[in-house]
Amino acid sequence: MKNVLIVDDSSVMRKIIERCLRQAGMNLSKVHEANDGYEGLSVLQENAVDLILCDINMPTMDGLEFLQALATSEEARRIPVVMITTEGSEDRVYEALSNGARGYIRKPFTAEQLKEQVAPLLEA
Amino acid sequence: MNWQAALDSGRSATAEPTSGWTTALEAATREVFEVMLGIPLHAVSDAEPPLVADLTVMVGLSGQLRGVLSLHCTAESACLWVSRMLGTEQTEFGQNVRDGIGEVANMVVGSFKRKLPPGVDDNCMISTPTVISGSDYHLHALSGGEHVEVSMGFAGAPLWVTLDLRR
Repeated sequence: MKNVLIVDDSSVMRKIIERCLRQAGMNLSKVHEANDGYEGLSVLQENAVDLILCDINMPTMDGLEFLQALATSEEARRIPVVMITTEGSEDRVYEALSNGARGYIRKPFTAEQLKEQVAPLLEA
Repeated sequence: MNWQAALDSGRSATAEPTSGWTTALEAATREVFEVMLGIPLHAVSDAEPPLVADLTVMVGLSGQLRGVLSLHCTAESACLWVSRMLGTEQTEFGQNVRDGIGEVANMVVGSFKRKLPPGVDDNCMISTPTVISGSDYHLHALSGGEHVEVSMGFAGAPLWVTLDLRR
């Protein structure tokens, strides 16, 4: 059983992502939610997480700033992060991957597309 | 020489998808509804965007492509779509539905941007969605800009997507 953190400023999108993970047969123990990068860091201070799914465009601390913050922690940088975003430009993908993201999913997405990216990271 | 006119003309020419604005807008809308809601949109003939809609979601575009993409529908349609996305029935036009319909518009813009010519997507930023609801408001297109609209339906619920571009 795995613990997942979903960081997205849309509560509906967080629920959709969780629903897709469960539809795809992911064996989840606990799904934590955060509205932005700062909230995401707070969740990580209190909870052990196996995978992070993160939006890019968010208020206060966006997804790229969140990745940079994770990189400063020896422990947090080991947690795989997959970006889920409407921002699909090559520049943004490159920026996210070069800041430590392990995967990149463009919205809209299917449960199968989510599983393809997420399953290998949860099994590792 | 009128430099600004030449620059604006060049910007519009390079930003337009090869398939044209209308085709790209329709394809982007269809993609979002088919992938996220699981049911294809159907064509609605002779439908016109209402001057007064229950609901309008607006997402701004800036950079190489400047303008506003708007999604217009009824509150009932919005409840239906968000119910489909969440898998739980939404009977009230509340926070969940507003948030969900904003995400739909956001994804339509994202999908639309990816249909633009190479390089344009990288130089085009999008705003957070704004949801307007009510029965007494009018939307006015930009003067001198380009106006594109597509009308479609989902499970008997019509929607209109409009794109207003500044030249």
